[in-house]
Amino acid sequence: MSAPPTSRLRATLTLAAAGLLLRARPTFAHLESGQAGGFLQGLAHPVTGLDHVLAMVAVGLWGAQLGAPAIWLLPVTFPVVMAFGGMLALVGVGLPGVEVGIALSGVLLGLAVAAAWRPRLAAAAVLVGLFAVFHGHAHGTELPAGQNALLYSLGFVAATGTLHAIGITIGLVHRFVWGRTLLRALGALVAAGGLAFLWRALA
Amino acid sequence: MSRRVAVASVALVAAAALAGASPARSHLVTTGLGPFYDGLGHLALTPEDFISVLAAALLVGLRGKAHGRAALLVLPASWLAGGALGLALRPGAEPVVGVLSLLVLGILVAADLTWPTTVTVGLGAAIGLVHGYLNGGALAAVAGGGLGLVGIATSVFVVVALVAAFVTRLEAPWARIAVRVAGSWIAAVGLLMLGWWLQTALA
Repeated sequence: MSAPPTSRLRATLTLAAAGLLLRARPTFAHLESGQAGGFLQGLAHPVTGLDHVLAMVAVGLWGAQLGAPAIWLLPVTFPVVMAFGGMLALVGVGLPGVEVGIALSGVLLGLAVAAAWRPRLAAAAVLVGLFAVFHGHAHGTELPAGQNALLYSLGFVAATGTLHAIGITIGLVHRFVWGRTLLRALGALVAAGGLAFLWRALA
Repeated sequence: MSRRVAVASVALVAAAALAGASPARSHLVTTGLGPFYDGLGHLALTPEDFISVLAAALLVGLRGKAHGRAALLVLPASWLAGGALGLALRPGAEPVVGVLSLLVLGILVAADLTWPTTVTVGLGAAIGLVHGYLNGGALAAVAGGGLGLVGIATSVFVVVALVAAFVTRLEAPWARIAVRVAGSWIAAVGLLMLGWWLQTALA
C-alpha cells in the first residue's frame, strides 16, 4: 500500500532539507552582522532633529509650489549636495556657522513658501544647494562609527528623500485656492520654527 | 560631450580597479546550497555590488531596448571574464571601486544623457570586468570559486533583465523622473561612501 501524497511530499522535503544541511560548507561562513542596524540608524538620523526636518519638508513644499521642473529638481539637488557636505565633514573640512546655516535654511525656505516667491530655477537650486551643504556637514560630523557605511548612507539618503516627498505631497494642495493659502501658512510656520532655532544657535 | 562623459566614467572605474590593492576582505555568504547558489545569493547579500548592478540596469533601461539588450549580454559576460582573471591573478579587495561605480552610475542615471549603444557596451564591459575581477580575487581563496562566479554572473543577468525591462517600458514623464531621482540618491550614497573611504584612507 503506497503512502498518501502529503506523506510522500513531507518525506521528500525532509530528505531534501537534511541533504542541504549536510552540504553546508563552513569555509564560506561569513557573518554579515549589523547591516540592518546600519540602515535603520541611517534612516532615523535625519528625522531626529526638528531643524533638519523643517528644512527638508520646506524644500518639498517649495518645489510643489513652484511646479515643474522645480518640483523634482530641488529634491534632487538637496540630497546630492547634502551628501557632498557630509563628505566634506567626513574628510575633516571645517565649515563655520553650521547651526546658524541650518536655522537660516528653515527661516528662508519657510519665508520663500510663505511669500510664494518664484525666483529663477537656477537661483532656487543654488539657494537649496547652499543650505544643503550645512545640513550635510552637520550630519557628516555626527555620523556614528562602526556602522555599515553603505547601508547607513542608503538609509540616510532615503530618509532625506522621503521628507522631501512628504513636503511635495503636502504641497500638492497648491492646485486648490484654499490650498495655496494653507501652503503659505505652513511656510510661515516653518519660518517661525527656523527663527526659534536661529535664536537658540545665536544665544 | 556625452561620449566624453561616458569614456571618462569608464576610465575612472578602470583606474580605480587598477590602483593599489589591499588584503581581501570579502567572501561569498554561505547559503548552504553550494558555491553556485552562494554566488547566486551574492547580490542579495552584498549591497555594494547589488546597487552598482541596479544603477547600471536603471541606466540602460532609461536609454532604451537596444541598450538594455546589449547590457544584458555584455555585463554578465564581462563579469565572468573579469572574474576568471581575478581567480587567476588573485587581486585584493579595493572598496573605492564600488564607491566610484555608485557615484559615476548614479550621476549618469540622474543626468539621463543620450549616447550610442557602443558606449553602453564599453561602460557595461568596464563595470563587469572591474567588479568581476574583484569578486574573482575574493573567490580565489575558497573552494568552488569558479561555480560561485557563474552564480554571480547569473544573478547579474537576472537583475539587469528584470530592472532594465521594467524601466524601458516606462513612458510617463513622472516615472522616468522617478528613475532619475533614484539615480541622484545612488550618487548621493556614492558621495557619502567616498567621504567614508577618504576618512579611512587619510587617517
